[in-house]
Amino acid sequence: MKFKLMELLRQNARLTNEQLAARLGITAEEVAQLLSELEASRAIYGYKALINPDAAGEEIVEAIVEVHVSPTRGEGFDGIARRIYRFPEVRSLYLMSGGSDFLLFMEAKSLKEIAKFITEKLATMDGVKETQTHFLLKKYKQDGVPLDGEESLERLPVTP
Amino acid sequence: MTVQTTSQIATKIARRVAELPPSGIRRFFELVLATEGVVSLGVGEPDFQTPWTIREQAIYELEKGKTTYTSNYGLRELRVELASWLARRYGLSYDPDTEIVITVGGSEAIDIALRALLDPGDEVLVVEPCYVSYAPTVILAGGTPRYVPTFQEEGFRLNFDRLREAVTDRTKALVVNYPNNPTGATLRQPDLEKLIRFATEYDLLVLSDEIYAELTYEGHHVSLAALPVAKERTLLISGFSKAFAMTGWRLGYLCGPAELIAAMVKIHQYTILCAPTISQYAALEALRSCDEDVAAMREEYRRRRDFIVKAFNELGLPTLTPDGAFYAFANIKATGLTSEEFCTELLRSQKVAIVPGTAFGPSGEGFVRASYAASFERLELAVEGLSRFLGK
Repeated sequence: MKFKLMELLRQNARLTNEQLAARLGITAEEVAQLLSELEASRAIYGYKALINPDAAGEEIVEAIVEVHVSPTRGEGFDGIARRIYRFPEVRSLYLMSGGSDFLLFMEAKSLKEIAKFITEKLATMDGVKETQTHFLLKKYKQDGVPLDGEESLERLPVTP
Repeated sequence: MTVQTTSQIATKIARRVAELPPSGIRRFFELVLATEGVVSLGVGEPDFQTPWTIREQAIYELEKGKTTYTSNYGLRELRVELASWLARRYGLSYDPDTEIVITVGGSEAIDIALRALLDPGDEVLVVEPCYVSYAPTVILAGGTPRYVPTFQEEGFRLNFDRLREAVTDRTKALVVNYPNNPTGATLRQPDLEKLIRFATEYDLLVLSDEIYAELTYEGHHVSLAALPVAKERTLLISGFSKAFAMTGWRLGYLCGPAELIAAMVKIHQYTILCAPTISQYAALEALRSCDEDVAAMREEYRRRRDFIVKAFNELGLPTLTPDGAFYAFANIKATGLTSEEFCTELLRSQKVAIVPGTAFGPSGEGFVRASYAASFERLELAVEGLSRFLGK
């Protein structure tokens, strides 16, 4: 039931407890109870809108940065990861297998801001050996949703 | 040159076509089509798109130029894959070379089966309420349909006493459809065993339309032909439309004893030649890669089913929980309205479309069919409309 609830919210976090209850065949009170458990365990750690600033005419620059670092004894990658992700510019940070150690997702109002962060803060940080910055040119699909609109299904309104 | 009036031209129409009763719900369907902004639970097809992997495979095959005819029986690769899929899913055993023909939807399978079997005057038992095309297809094939009703009090299951009463010395076959459109009823193994004993007793063939088999919510679908001795008198009719959300691809299949299939392929080869090639390649991908897509759609339908059945019962419209397909068949007798009055008034006052039970046979009177192949939001809107309509 927990997983079904999380899946429903993942599709649409604005459903009310009553609507969730109807979809799950339980009461709204039971939904509220499950939600508080899921939130307490951080299985659900937030509710945010999926936004596309581009469509609202707002300029935004996004970059994906490959970061090579030196892990430290005792802390491995976690210590340096924490130093990096505490900057608010960093939206996501992942430890990766393969070519680079971290993959860092960031956004800013301009290219200049991103360059400033990388050259002044990130590249100069102790333990960071190398960075490679990729600027995002166009988004086709994000969080499971195609940004050029979902395809529609045109059915006859009534068939036997 | 003489100008013929419409009525003169109409005299050219073959009598059995002219006399074919027009679909009882034509008028209602037209009313729905003419109404703007309808919340419709009247649709008999999935509200999911065909899974992308199937569509992408079809595009790839088109690029490779797969645009020619296939064998009359259908693409051999598809028949081989289908035979092993049927074995894996339902424990069926069909020879892909002689016992399977790929058709243009389940509809063509029903048509060629009946045309290959019926001589003028032969009778076919049609268990109703049922899908709209069985009886007309029997008539077009020169046969005579004999309706055998099922009832809500009996879970819309087969009643063998009533079936026996309908048998005459001209009865040649029986059409059953489980999971059922419109009732959602399924048959359990003991019913199926009785069915095959009944068919054996009267030497009847059974056309078993199992198009909704993959949409079974309670337990696993038992295919009639998987029962001992059943295969020799069963024609399995099914297709890709409902399970894989592929209605527009028009692809079905017919499985049965080799001699019968050969006779049916005779008609198929002269009238159809072969099912659409590109759809056959798409179906191949469906069988190979889409178990999880089907399971996900089934789970979504189940969630909607639970919601709508509960809502109908709470509104005072007794509705059995359908074990399969995607229809809820609600009893509206307490309202005092006929099925058509109920649906017409609901459409006029609330713009909610559901289908009168009478569309599916005489014993559908007093019932309405709501399809839950519609988004949850639509189901909620429809229930709200229905609730206002009933003054609750």
